[in-house]
Amino acid sequence: MATKRGSTKASNASVESKTLIQFYRDMLLIRRFEERAGQLYGMGLIGGFCHLYIGQEAVVVGLQACAKKGDSVITSYRDHGHMLACGMDPKGVMAELTGRAGGYSKGKGGSMHMFSRETGFYGGHGIVGAQVPIGTGLAFAHKYKNDGGISFSYFGDGAANQGQIYESFNMAALWKLPAIYVIENNKYGMGTSVQRASASPELAKRGEPFGMKTMSIDGMSVIAVYEAGQEATAHVRAGKGPVLMEVNTYRYRGHSMSDPAKYRTKEELQKMREQFDPIDRLRAHLIEMKAIDEETLKAIDKEIKDIVTEAAEFSQTSPEPDPSELWTDILVAA
Amino acid sequence: MTIQILMPALSPTMTEGKLAKWLVKEGDKISSGKILAEIETDKATMELEAIDDGIVGRLLVSEGTEGVAVNHPIAVLLEEGESSSSIKAAIATPVSVPVQAKAAASAAPAAPIAASAPETEYSKFKTQTVREALRDAMAEEMRRDGNVFLMGEEVAEYQGAYKISQGLLDEFGAKRVIDTPITEHGFAGLSVGAAFGGLRPIVEFMTFNFAMQAMDHIINSAAKTLYMSGGQMGCPVVFRGPNGAAARVGAQHSQCYASWYAHIPGLKVLAPWSAADAKGLLKAAIRDPNPVIFLENEILYGQSFQVPDADDFVLPIGKAKIERAGSHVTIVAFSIMVGKALQAAEELAKEGIEAEVINLRSIRPLDTETIVRSVQKTNRCVTVEEGWAMSGIGCEIGAQIMEHAFDYLDAPVARVAGKDVPMPYAANLEALALPQIADIVAAAKSVCYR
Repeated sequence: MATKRGSTKASNASVESKTLIQFYRDMLLIRRFEERAGQLYGMGLIGGFCHLYIGQEAVVVGLQACAKKGDSVITSYRDHGHMLACGMDPKGVMAELTGRAGGYSKGKGGSMHMFSRETGFYGGHGIVGAQVPIGTGLAFAHKYKNDGGISFSYFGDGAANQGQIYESFNMAALWKLPAIYVIENNKYGMGTSVQRASASPELAKRGEPFGMKTMSIDGMSVIAVYEAGQEATAHVRAGKGPVLMEVNTYRYRGHSMSDPAKYRTKEELQKMREQFDPIDRLRAHLIEMKAIDEETLKAIDKEIKDIVTEAAEFSQTSPEPDPSELWTDILVAA
Repeated sequence: MTIQILMPALSPTMTEGKLAKWLVKEGDKISSGKILAEIETDKATMELEAIDDGIVGRLLVSEGTEGVAVNHPIAVLLEEGESSSSIKAAIATPVSVPVQAKAAASAAPAAPIAASAPETEYSKFKTQTVREALRDAMAEEMRRDGNVFLMGEEVAEYQGAYKISQGLLDEFGAKRVIDTPITEHGFAGLSVGAAFGGLRPIVEFMTFNFAMQAMDHIINSAAKTLYMSGGQMGCPVVFRGPNGAAARVGAQHSQCYASWYAHIPGLKVLAPWSAADAKGLLKAAIRDPNPVIFLENEILYGQSFQVPDADDFVLPIGKAKIERAGSHVTIVAFSIMVGKALQAAEELAKEGIEAEVINLRSIRPLDTETIVRSVQKTNRCVTVEEGWAMSGIGCEIGAQIMEHAFDYLDAPVARVAGKDVPMPYAANLEALALPQIADIVAAAKSVCYR
């Protein structure tokens, strides 16, 4: 039974402390990056929609630690964390947020539309749920080419009610595609809670009618996510067909920058931040295990701060795209 | 170092806001994530969080102040151990605001038509139906490239709902000829992912009417991603199937989608008429590195034409064909309407009107050059399409002629199109709804003032 609940401390101690420190660093990078993105948005340097990942860091860090080179990753518009976890350059991501030539899409995609073939990141998609059939197609390509790769398709609890998700599950299960579907259940699809949007709020169960392996995981514990991810990837890599993982998480910020999040109580948010924060929990765990000292923690903090500062600077000094870019990348020259 | 806290923009449209409430006071020690203030935007009341750790040095804007401009300093944060004398310097430091470069008016690059290769002349031909030509095109391309595969409803074991894929399962096996569930939205999206992943899918829609369920993936996923990715994510996929009216199948199964897809940058849209068009254009579509919409016609599937008998017959995309030369009036048509236009031309010839009939073959890119040259010669033009006139292909052709050959026109461009009604079922009404040879003849005569 893969369901993991409860605290990080109770988790298997088999995950090496070196790995845990890496998780801490990766989650902290996402947290600090997103805080800075929020700040740049506030300064008017980032425009349009901007969906922050703060609170959900353990999900993508734990799962992408199970990915191998050659695997494919796709997600929705809440995508900054996924890009960093895939190893994309924070400078290129931040510069795309500010709409500059140095951004991953040369400033033509923005927060919701970034891609990186070399790291296997296929977007960054702005239409709720649309990334799931595409991710299924990436899995199809892995199987067709027999290249050993698998695909990770991330989507939210809101998208879990989209019809195309089930069209995808059906084909993935029917054709035993190497696909991992990850529902990042952060409890609210924009302002509507899972209970108000889903007749059956146990989202993991939605894979069962297709005969998929399903898992429900504590997404506020990176160790729980990582261990479940190991099990899921082993299943998929063994050719046993797709897996559906419901990862229970929480976003601290609004749906996007302009969402005041009045649909939930301050107490609820406060409780999640104070008692379940994935970064604080791992930090406490590492200290308790004596796997890390204050000095190392400070060094990591500084390293991350410098990376984010550099990214923020690059995102403001990189020039805007040349006007000629308006007319490029519409079609590939035949 | 002191840190200025600026009035944040908290929505895409906010330019100023009200500082509704301070939740910290001067001297408070704060850490990142601490809620500092409540800000009223044009839409809602939002919380402002601290990004940095430090001590609140001074609150520069008092509670209740309205109309605080975005990026105006509202507070100063001190680092631990820093004295409040640093505040003055901090306030004096100019605030960096984003610079919007004034983009020079950028004209569209020249149409790609001129760059397309001239069409090869062929001497040997064989007679084939459109159906056989389509199948041969797919088979030849599947032999040529192992990454090409066909998927769709009933394409494999059933041999195709309209028997286009007959024999392909036998030759290429179930890995490359794939029966899908009846889920257009899902398998269209899957094909886009497969194309991103390096494959070259051919997606058969049983008819294009059902592709409306897949529209989001065709437009938002297939057509736009190359641009949104700054050129990284090419999507070589062909969406093909019968388009337009068949016979007596009613409104939901009888619609021409040419103008829908023609509207979208990032797509190529082809509409073959003859078997030679079908073969040469489908092979070009499969080789093309972009998403291609390939609009076939069910009624044409069984019609026979002469097809070049050559090893590798491929037609250029974006090149129209003059099917009949004439000097009195230009008739521009595509797909099944090319045949009707040619028949109309025969009728007109009996009355001494020589019509030039252009088979568009490619809707996007549109071969404006061929149309304009013809109109410069004939000075009159009739467009023919099965789809509705409103925002149809005829509108675009008319506009192109206005822009490029206005002075050559001796009469306004006339449009022959489907009547502005959902397709009726009754045989007599259906015939009334669709463009007929007599309609084309009448329009041609009217622009010739005859």
